[in-house]
Amino acid sequence: MPDQPAPGSGRPDSAPPGSGHPDRPAFSGSGGFLTGLGVSQGRAAGPAMRMAAPPTLPPPRPVADPAAESSAVAAALEAVAADLSRRAAGASGEAADILEALAMIADDPMLLEDAQGRAREGMDAAHALDAAFAQHRDTLAALGGYLAERAADLDDLKHRAVAFALGLPMPGLPSPGHPYVLVAEDLSPADTAGLGPDVLALVTERGGPTSHTAILARGRGLPAVVACKGIMDVPDGTVVGVDGRTGELAVGLTEQEAAEVQEADRAERARLAAGRGPGRTSDGHPVKLLLNIGSAADLRPGAEGVGLFRTEFLFLDRTTAPSFEEQVAAYAEVFARAESVIVRTLDAGTDKPLPFLGLPGEPNPALGVRGLRVDRLLPDVLDTQLDAIAEAARKTGAEAWVMAPMVTTTAEATGFAKRARARGIARVGAMIEVPAAALRAGRLLRELDFLSIGTNDLAQYTFAADRQHSALADLLDPRQPALLELIAMCARAGREAGKPVGVCGEAAGDPLLAPLLVGLGVTSLSMAPVCVPAVREALAGLTLADCRERATAALA
Amino acid sequence: MAQRTVIVASASGLHARPAKLFVQAAARLGVPVTVRLGEKAVPAKSMLGVLSLGAVRGTEVTLEADGPGAEEALDSLVALLSRDLDAEEALDA
Repeated sequence: MPDQPAPGSGRPDSAPPGSGHPDRPAFSGSGGFLTGLGVSQGRAAGPAMRMAAPPTLPPPRPVADPAAESSAVAAALEAVAADLSRRAAGASGEAADILEALAMIADDPMLLEDAQGRAREGMDAAHALDAAFAQHRDTLAALGGYLAERAADLDDLKHRAVAFALGLPMPGLPSPGHPYVLVAEDLSPADTAGLGPDVLALVTERGGPTSHTAILARGRGLPAVVACKGIMDVPDGTVVGVDGRTGELAVGLTEQEAAEVQEADRAERARLAAGRGPGRTSDGHPVKLLLNIGSAADLRPGAEGVGLFRTEFLFLDRTTAPSFEEQVAAYAEVFARAESVIVRTLDAGTDKPLPFLGLPGEPNPALGVRGLRVDRLLPDVLDTQLDAIAEAARKTGAEAWVMAPMVTTTAEATGFAKRARARGIARVGAMIEVPAAALRAGRLLRELDFLSIGTNDLAQYTFAADRQHSALADLLDPRQPALLELIAMCARAGREAGKPVGVCGEAAGDPLLAPLLVGLGVTSLSMAPVCVPAVREALAGLTLADCRERATAALA
Repeated sequence: MAQRTVIVASASGLHARPAKLFVQAAARLGVPVTVRLGEKAVPAKSMLGVLSLGAVRGTEVTLEADGPGAEEALDSLVALLSRDLDAEEALDA
């Protein structure tokens, strides 16, 4: 918490924040409110801090005093190193190691010498820093592999040093030294992955309910609001309350009010976390509660297995293909620790690039070569991955379940199943993300052992609405009856075939929607680990008949 | 000039955490040490320099230093490079 009251903020004469009951609004009071889309449950309150954009390098300016520029270069590098060292001291484990290593690079004598040399030859400080960083970046990039991946770190350091030299705010994630609510126009997956423990909540001006920011926020249990107009006008340091369920923001809370919001959120999480046991309705109808994970680090107790292991998260920033051995190790780590795991083969495309695939650009990436379709260009990638999954299953004695993303036709399903079964993979399935596949769910289940419905992409393709587009949020609402019809159709096909049909889209983790999906007939719900307690509680409070009633009403 | 030749023992070579530990140790010594790999020589207290050597496990590097304390400084760095710093990290966890 900051030491002083927030500057320039209108304070609503607000009553204490809501009680934590899921159906009551989080904040009451007049004035000082903003609304966006709540995309990750939970509430938090603290000072808002904006993420600054990387600085733009102005044209070079004539230098009268090279010695002064040289000093400015040293001061900039020192400031960046000091800031990172301070952050390292406040972090632990891997994050601390990374921050320390970055601080050491900012403090590097070769870098300093190089940049000061350029300043003494007449460059202004900002350009001298830019050029010196660029040279070291090229050296690392040319070495390839691990070192090429570190080249991006140098860009981040360069932006920081150049910003300091220009007198601009440090770009990247703020590090005010106290917990804060992160405010940004939008966040890249890399920004979101680098969030430290001092981030209380995320609020972005752009983004949609199914953007990767939203998914990663849910994965970390951080309350998040996206598509929040006006948030960029809230001055840094203003204390805001964030409700990640309703999308409501209270601007200008007192310290006392903020503390109450934090306390209510802690109490609510503690209450939900106390729930245990398998998912079932109040009359005992079982619904498997599974986890969506990106790596073994995301595993949490309390679920009945993994319903979606997103393997691409292991390889997000790679510039070279992960080797067979590396993949075996990553999959085996998850197999050894979870009771059942559904692995999804790499889900990438021009819209979700994996640098090592080197896919060509496309005019309509969401409608192009993505998911299983990448196999049309690079069949080796899937073959290696299936080999590695089979080997990891052998090593750990686990039963491997594998599914492919973006399956569209029966022929694709048949081809995938053949290749997976040839390697001894026990159960083969497909994601249902394309209406064509949902319409043919019964036929697909003649080739496959199970289906898993990805509601985000299925909505995107059913409504022809880009899932990242905040202006189309109503079309992407998982309550849209046309989407529910498709889900019901898949569930019916599963029942007839006697095979499981689950939902692993984000809708599965919404405690208000989960009962509806169960009413439609799905047999499992797979979600971010933090969502499990609330969904378990929601199901336990309703009979199967109640769930079916909700489904019928939603389809009317 | 004092000189030692040592084979990098860490599983990830002179990258990541081992590089950080090595550079930190070199910076603490107060004796300027140079790391040489073939034609390329870099200051041991330069993170960018050490990374740019691209030394993997099993690479032989030469350490050089001059003046008082040089022998002891090199001995301590040789001892560090001879350990598998990645394995030690795993034990910490």
